Amino acid sequence: MNHNCRTTKQTFLRRDFLLLAFLIIVIAPTLAAQQASDTMPADTVVADSILVARTPAPPISVTVQDLPNDAGGSIKVNWGLSPDDVAGGKARKYRILRAETIDGQRQEFTEIGDVTSGATEFIDGNATSDVEFYYKVMAVNFLSEDNETIWEATSKSDEAGPVKSSAQWFDWRRINVFVGVIVLCGFILYYINQAKAGKKLFIRKIAGLEAVDEAVGRATEMGKKIFYIPGTQDMDNVQTIAGVTILGRVAEMAAQYETWLEVPVSRSLVLVTAKEVVKEAYTKVGRPDAYQEDQVHYLTDDQFGYAAGIDGMVVREKPATIFYMGAFYAEALILAETGNSIGAIQIAGTAMPSQLPFFVASCDYTLIGEELFAASAYLSREPKLLGSLKGQDMGKAVILIAIVVGVLLETFGIWKLSNLFTVID
Amino acid sequence: MEHFALWLAAFLTLGIVSFLYKDNPWYKLCEAIFVGLSAGYWFVVLFWDNIYGKFWVGVFPLEEFDEAGREITAEPDYWLFVGAALGILMLMRLVPNIGWISRWPLAFIVGSTAGLYLINYFSSNMMRQVQGTIVPLFGAGYDASAYAIVGNIVVAVGTFAGLVYFFFSKEHRGVFGGTAKVGVFFLMLTFGASFGYTVMSRMSLLIGRMDFLLGDWLGMIK
Repeated sequence: MNHNCRTTKQTFLRRDFLLLAFLIIVIAPTLAAQQASDTMPADTVVADSILVARTPAPPISVTVQDLPNDAGGSIKVNWGLSPDDVAGGKARKYRILRAETIDGQRQEFTEIGDVTSGATEFIDGNATSDVEFYYKVMAVNFLSEDNETIWEATSKSDEAGPVKSSAQWFDWRRINVFVGVIVLCGFILYYINQAKAGKKLFIRKIAGLEAVDEAVGRATEMGKKIFYIPGTQDMDNVQTIAGVTILGRVAEMAAQYETWLEVPVSRSLVLVTAKEVVKEAYTKVGRPDAYQEDQVHYLTDDQFGYAAGIDGMVVREKPATIFYMGAFYAEALILAETGNSIGAIQIAGTAMPSQLPFFVASCDYTLIGEELFAASAYLSREPKLLGSLKGQDMGKAVILIAIVVGVLLETFGIWKLSNLFTVID
Repeated sequence: MEHFALWLAAFLTLGIVSFLYKDNPWYKLCEAIFVGLSAGYWFVVLFWDNIYGKFWVGVFPLEEFDEAGREITAEPDYWLFVGAALGILMLMRLVPNIGWISRWPLAFIVGSTAGLYLINYFSSNMMRQVQGTIVPLFGAGYDASAYAIVGNIVVAVGTFAGLVYFFFSKEHRGVFGGTAKVGVFFLMLTFGASFGYTVMSRMSLLIGRMDFLLGDWLGMIK
């Protein structure tokens, strides 16, 4: 009997529990949602009439034009501020809409970007050249929380267009660069003609280049090799070009003295160019038979692999003379220090400011910056190169005058001469 | 496998470092591996970056589709055949009778490099440098700290004297020679500062290797 009573009681308890669970699972969320709805901020439920009241006036006078002085692909959109674009006003940003024309059919307007209130210009940098585009500018008022827009009220301007972007031949903003290059080239051409006409042009003594003869002669006397390292950069680097030009002169001397010149390189194009230069130098001095293909050889494109390879060659073959002429990076000190450790006479030349200190510290002579580029004229004494060097010097004279005059004018607040040297990218 | 790679890296690192003592067979082995492997590695990289990545994909663009499934495959760029032709001309070196043709692409590269960099260097190394040097030294409504004024004087005088040093068509004598000496003085000061800065950055490379040897390899640094 007791057992039956307990069973019935248990059955009722279970039913109560199930009912309670049902209430919790089904009804409670509904009530919670209802409660949440009651406590939601008034702003999040916005009637159409309220939105109309919050809508800013549209921007006025929208104009579009191809962006001048560019390579095409860009259109400039300008507009007048919305009357509601004032402090605390309803126009809080502008959205730019664009419609393009494909096969004569105008497409839908789509958003391409936005700017904050107060702006009156937008550059569309993704406008395909020679395609017609139409633009509208939309004034936007909005409320957002946690990067989520709660409501938004917008008004569009009239459309502007059609407009096409196109490339221009000249960027007139860079006219100062053009004039500067013309003046410099004018000096160079003038002095080349003077040199060709027989006028003797003076070049001051450059210690590092005076030592080239001595360095080659030393290797000859000692019966040892000359190593020539043209840097780790390719032929699209002017320092490498300068280095390979100097190689020609060194190769001539090596051929005359019958001294073995070895040129390990790190780039395929430098390999081909250096082979041509050395071969031509040997032919020029009447010793084509002395030239051997493996004098100029490839090691690796890898900067430190190249340095490791040269270091090994240097300590094993102990050249009497090592030239480093070209563009160098972190391998500069590794190379020059190894050369120094075997007692080789070392002449370096580079225009890499961060590597020059290492060459100055570990080499016997160092060509600093522009001395590297002057070396080919200095060594060859060819009228064309000498004239070019003199012309560049005249360019430097103009710069020196500009610096002195400009500093004085700006110091006394007369005129900002530095504006003439502004370069627009 | 991971342990093997770690030990191999440590073996090669110590082999290269052993050069500090003197040239030895261990260094020779590591050097040969380094040079050979890197040459092969760069061959593969250049092939896939240039011949495949730039030329092949440029001429025969890969089919691409946007999120809506519309085709957005790029247009073939047939100008790349000019570069390919120059590359083939370079290979003419392999044929002795017409090897001279390989000079044409070389001339093109050297000439176009010189032309392109003329404008770039003129803009960056000349125009911008001069613009940065023309600064008011003091006075005339120029409101700057004493520190900035000294800095401006150093920039103006240093650039002027440095440029005088790089004059090649005039003997460095008298006032001109004295100014050039001031220029060399500025250059050497700059080199000294640069030397110290670069040495410190090299120390970080050394620390990186020591960290590998003592930490990753030997586990002495936790």
